[in-house]
Amino acid sequence: MTQRPPPSIDPLLVTDRSVDRLPQGLYDQRAAELSKLLATRPAPPDRPPTAARWQDEIIAREIPKGARVLDLGCGDGALLERLMRELGVQAQGLEIDPEAVFCCVERGVPVIQTDLDEGLRRFPDQAFDVVVLEETLQTLANPREMLAEMLRVGRRGMVSFPNFAHWRVLVDLVASGRMPVTEWLPYQWYETANIHPFTLQDLLDWSRDSGVRVVSGYAYENGAVRTLGADDNLHAEEVLIVVEK
Amino acid sequence: MAPAKKDETHATPPDAPGSVGWTEAQTACLVPAGSALALEIGGSIGPVSVEYETYGSLSPAKDNVVFIAHALSGDAHVAGWDRRAAETGRTWRQKKPGWWDATVGPGKAIDTNRFFVICPNVLGGCYGTTGPSSVDPATGKPYGLRFPMVTVGDWVNLHMRLLDALGIERVQAVVGGSLGGQQALEMALAHPDRVERSVILAASARLSVQGLAFNAVGRYCILNDPKFAGGDYYDSDAPGPGLAAARMLAHITYLSDEGMHEKFGRRLQDGAGGRQAGFGIEFAVESYLDYQGRAFVERFDANSYLYVTRAMDYYDAAATWGGGSLTEACRLIRSKMLIVSFNSDWLYPPEDCKELALALTQVNRPVTYANVPSHYGHDSFLVETEKVGRLLRSFLAH
Repeated sequence: MTQRPPPSIDPLLVTDRSVDRLPQGLYDQRAAELSKLLATRPAPPDRPPTAARWQDEIIAREIPKGARVLDLGCGDGALLERLMRELGVQAQGLEIDPEAVFCCVERGVPVIQTDLDEGLRRFPDQAFDVVVLEETLQTLANPREMLAEMLRVGRRGMVSFPNFAHWRVLVDLVASGRMPVTEWLPYQWYETANIHPFTLQDLLDWSRDSGVRVVSGYAYENGAVRTLGADDNLHAEEVLIVVEK
Repeated sequence: MAPAKKDETHATPPDAPGSVGWTEAQTACLVPAGSALALEIGGSIGPVSVEYETYGSLSPAKDNVVFIAHALSGDAHVAGWDRRAAETGRTWRQKKPGWWDATVGPGKAIDTNRFFVICPNVLGGCYGTTGPSSVDPATGKPYGLRFPMVTVGDWVNLHMRLLDALGIERVQAVVGGSLGGQQALEMALAHPDRVERSVILAASARLSVQGLAFNAVGRYCILNDPKFAGGDYYDSDAPGPGLAAARMLAHITYLSDEGMHEKFGRRLQDGAGGRQAGFGIEFAVESYLDYQGRAFVERFDANSYLYVTRAMDYYDAAATWGGGSLTEACRLIRSKMLIVSFNSDWLYPPEDCKELALALTQVNRPVTYANVPSHYGHDSFLVETEKVGRLLRSFLAH
């Protein structure tokens, strides 16, 4: 974990808006609990945040041959290229970064350079069998709208995201009093693209409230992937869920 | 002298390994005497000859063809050095290679070691294909304004006859920028079974209102030049100032404000010493436009400018093929599509180009759309050799 100075509370800034409102001692109590939890856990292995995406394996396994696949924020097109090669899918990527778009063209992946925040308005209903949204939802201006649009243009959605309720993130926040910085969330608050952090539980709540069925789910922790379990809101570093309306 | 355009600095001499070398245009009589080509807007024309150039070798199966469509003031001389520039009076070609020499040649983005490249001059132009300066067999005099109105659709029809004459069933790609991009789109719409890929650079499904307005002013300059004489000026002086003014105006639309700022700024032309209280050329940008205007008069016919800009105005893929709906029109398309815009292009703005890409997605056509960052405005498609080349090379490889 990143070493940080102990949290300090500025009496001028902390008024009745924050700490004073918490029940007496709760903050200290929770911080102590989480610190204990932290002490019992081995540190996760170092890995670069941009290592080959674990979700790609699962996505490639879950997508049927010849499916029509839309990848929202497809980056350099590596996933779509693989799906085209291995499964003969009809692929379409959307990507905002011009250099990434060039890479897609080099891979032979059809891509439209666009800002996802402009929405999917121009895509017809149910035009795709699968819509992939890898590690992108938390960067969007209107994530809830995008989730709804994803299941309008596609029969099935595959959404992966960093889980902001992972215990290390919580510990980092509670113990340091600062926005969490971890190996898989390596950015400071002022530079992160993650403008809408959310947790696994948040997404499950959304699916329940929106009448969306979670078909399957996978958790990634310490370099290993498993089927999503009951306590993964606390333990999954990253999550992939497959949803259908 | 205006600063050299970037693409010219990439020009390779005829003996360089990247050059297609010395070129010689060919002419095909595609509508023989006694027959006529029916035209989209009405009427017909015949006979019709088409001047075209080719580079590379046609494969035995005739399946390695890249068809290039030239833009408003372009021509069939895409690459290399015109062997007959002197004898045909096209002396400006002695100073520089074809207009896309940086992109077309052995080992270049459109690789003539692999592809057989064809580019014909358009009907109504002034580079060897039948146009208003050609002799009307009915009168024995140049057509002038008696030349019928021609459209992008007519060009594509005629170019299909050229492919037929060469025994080419299907092209690997049709590639064009600006008005050439609209021909590429038209070919994809009108002949979906004959096109494997379409590359549309700095062009959309129709010209913007602003574009229509600029073309109108350009034509006004020509039509109101006292030497225009109703288009029958071939026996006397051409309406040079009118054509030059049209070209100067058009040139402004090919650049961007940022690009002009970078290239000229408010700099004075060398030798001009501050405010001279007159109307001669003082600013660098004035000198540039003056040069462009004069150079254009040397090599272009005013009547052709009228006809070709009108064809550009009239082109509307949605109206022709989709009953007004671009989406419906796009249902006809079967080719792989690459659409490229440039973020500083205000003649064919990125939004209009993206509109075409999105219309294709609406009917489930896979499409690639890239908006290339560049300061060069509409000219970017010619100047951004490296970026455009990278896209072309990749797209043609898959």
